[in-house]
Amino acid sequence: MAAKKPPETPNVSKDELLHFYREMLLIRRFEEKAGQLYGMGLIGGFCHLYIGQEAVVVGLEAAAKEGDKRITSYRDHGHMLACGMDPKGVMAELTGRAGGYSRGKGGSMHMFSKEKHFYGGHGIVAAQVPLGAGLAFADKYLGNDNVTFTYFGDGAANQGQVYETYNMAELWNLPVVFVIENNQYAMGTSMKRATRSRTLWERGAAYGIKGEAVDGMDVLAVKAAGEKAVAICRAGEGPYILEMMTYRYRGHSMSDPAKYRTREEVQKMRDEKDAIEHVRELLLQGGHATDEDLKLIDRDIKAVVNESAEFAKESPEPDLSELWTDVYA
Amino acid sequence: MATQVLMPALSPTMEEGTLARWLVKEGDSVKSGQILAEIETDKATMEFEAADDGVIGRLLVAEGTAGVKVNTPIAEMAGEGGAASAPPAPAGAAAGTTLAVSGPLSGPVAAVPAPVKAPQAAFPDWPAGTPTKTMTVREALREALAEEMRSNDRVFLMGEEVGEYQGAYKISQGLLDEFGPKRVIDTPITEHGFTGLAVGAAFGGLNPVLEFMTFNFSMQAIDQIINSAAKTLYMSGGQMGCPIVFRGPNGAAARVGAQHSQDYAAWYAQIPGLKVAMPYSAADAKGLLKAAIRDPNPVIFLENEILYGRSFEVPVLADFTIPFGKARVWREGTDVTIVSFGIGMTYALEAAEQLAKDGLSAEVIDLRTLRPIDYDTVLASVQKTNRCVTVEEGWPVGAIGNHLSATIMTRAFDYLDAPVLNCTGKDVPMPYAANLEKLALVTTAEVVEAVKSVCYR
Repeated sequence: MAAKKPPETPNVSKDELLHFYREMLLIRRFEEKAGQLYGMGLIGGFCHLYIGQEAVVVGLEAAAKEGDKRITSYRDHGHMLACGMDPKGVMAELTGRAGGYSRGKGGSMHMFSKEKHFYGGHGIVAAQVPLGAGLAFADKYLGNDNVTFTYFGDGAANQGQVYETYNMAELWNLPVVFVIENNQYAMGTSMKRATRSRTLWERGAAYGIKGEAVDGMDVLAVKAAGEKAVAICRAGEGPYILEMMTYRYRGHSMSDPAKYRTREEVQKMRDEKDAIEHVRELLLQGGHATDEDLKLIDRDIKAVVNESAEFAKESPEPDLSELWTDVYA
Repeated sequence: MATQVLMPALSPTMEEGTLARWLVKEGDSVKSGQILAEIETDKATMEFEAADDGVIGRLLVAEGTAGVKVNTPIAEMAGEGGAASAPPAPAGAAAGTTLAVSGPLSGPVAAVPAPVKAPQAAFPDWPAGTPTKTMTVREALREALAEEMRSNDRVFLMGEEVGEYQGAYKISQGLLDEFGPKRVIDTPITEHGFTGLAVGAAFGGLNPVLEFMTFNFSMQAIDQIINSAAKTLYMSGGQMGCPIVFRGPNGAAARVGAQHSQDYAAWYAQIPGLKVAMPYSAADAKGLLKAAIRDPNPVIFLENEILYGRSFEVPVLADFTIPFGKARVWREGTDVTIVSFGIGMTYALEAAEQLAKDGLSAEVIDLRTLRPIDYDTVLASVQKTNRCVTVEEGWPVGAIGNHLSATIMTRAFDYLDAPVLNCTGKDVPMPYAANLEKLALVTTAEVVEAVKSVCYR
């Protein structure tokens, strides 16, 4: 009889685990609040929540250094919070207020922070992929060692411009990490209804790009993979592909009834794979924190999120003169 | 029996060339496929070869002769075993030998007609007394690129065949040698991808100049131009800029059919966030391209293949730019205002010349940039002449001329003595047949007719 596998004791510090816990919880609570504000009519248009996928951005941000860039699609709130943007400014952009990152002119899908090297927030599926390679091109041209994290989904992975970008990125050895957030559904179309490919990261091989699949629900695995990818890019041997196997608990957008999958499937992921629960268990089992400690963190996070919601409600709508500003530099 | 070897057309727009070198001499036996001569156009040297076996009779054009018109007999050739005939047959009498052209599949080459006459400068773009030199639009564009690349090392040129091939239309000739492969970057054929990549590089702090081999191919990339380049400054509340120039030949060349003959002036001029330039003269091409490269906004820079080879006077100045949004009055007049831009200026100026002989005095305005548009110059002129005709190569629906008509109607209605007429390309895809193509394009005769109509003549 085979010996029972001992529980893994990951090589991670208490502080880092607590950091992951806080960051992921912030995203989840923020998104839950955004959902509420949407229901109240305070957020309009499209609103794509990141709930379930938190480990991807939090793990990868742990592998980044100052100067690294990130760019993503319209499911972007998590990325912004993870790279240190102010929850108040993000939430106020969702409500279309003057206090938002784009002064209310971008909305949920189009937000930017030059200060935090967050380059959007792009509403056209896969358009951010060549843009991300271009950011990396600029860094290489300027001769620094920055890396660009270019995020896109399994749906975007079927757009032609992704492969045009792969081709050039490898041809010119651009320092870009292509992060495929494979949450298994492109809006309502499951991956198996969209492609015969078994994996998405292996498509890079056609262009000579290496990569790997990663358990995107495990923040430690994500961080480790991110560090490897970043090191490859900083060494001038980029690009690299990380296919993050993840899952979104909520619909594609707020108006998605999600009839394309069963409640049981979602519940099973929540019960068995939840990224926040995973870290919570590591903290408790490792003796790094008590239930009481974690409750205090929960309370802090709730306060931060509530404060952002209050700010987003109270911030005034943009001045009418804003209609005509920022068309030209 | 002897046949004539005729000067070949080596591109859709070539009308004449230089017979640079004979590689055979009189009396030589040649085989089919053997290279007979090198022919120089203003952008490339092409080899050309015999289509049949035979013996070279007389060489009718000496090597080094420039300005040899297409279809001019350049040599005589006798069939195998035959003798070359002594006197040359009159041109056009003998059947021309079919000749195959070897060498790179060429982008079209424009001929070099005489320089366009200096305008009656009602709007001087450079100080009086500034020396000028005659140069082609192609040379002017190249000079603008090189000067801006010298002065700002964040400016780089990217596109298909811009480097080692020296440019499909030779705009970038010599730039790879001067600036190296880091700054003159050949791309794969991947417009959607490289456009997005260049826009990203502009977000990242560089100043890309992106060449579309022709603007027809920009449609592969139009999402990145409009959704990413034009809108991001606004969507970011002013945080992000996109200092990029998209440039290349636009509009019809000659005989390249529907998919390669389209004018995008009105398309791009519709988009807030973009700037759009469409120069006619070499001076404007140079001054506007330099201004475009320095502009912090995305600029669509619409060149024209037929204009590339035309010569104009360009001021010799250390740093010559033309501001956007400033039209140029090429010719002052009192009876009618003709407004055009880009190659449309050719028809506008020719029409004005012809109308002058009929006693009609036309004021001719070159808009030069279509976003922003210099409305004031147009309106001031219409208030003087009370009549207006617009000229452009693009289609009639949603044309720049439509917009000008509406603007003039709104802002100068009481000054109008006649409806504004729009001369445009016809509302059809570009046909290939030579006669139909001519019919599809706007012509000088149509402009003359429109002017006479608004002048009730």
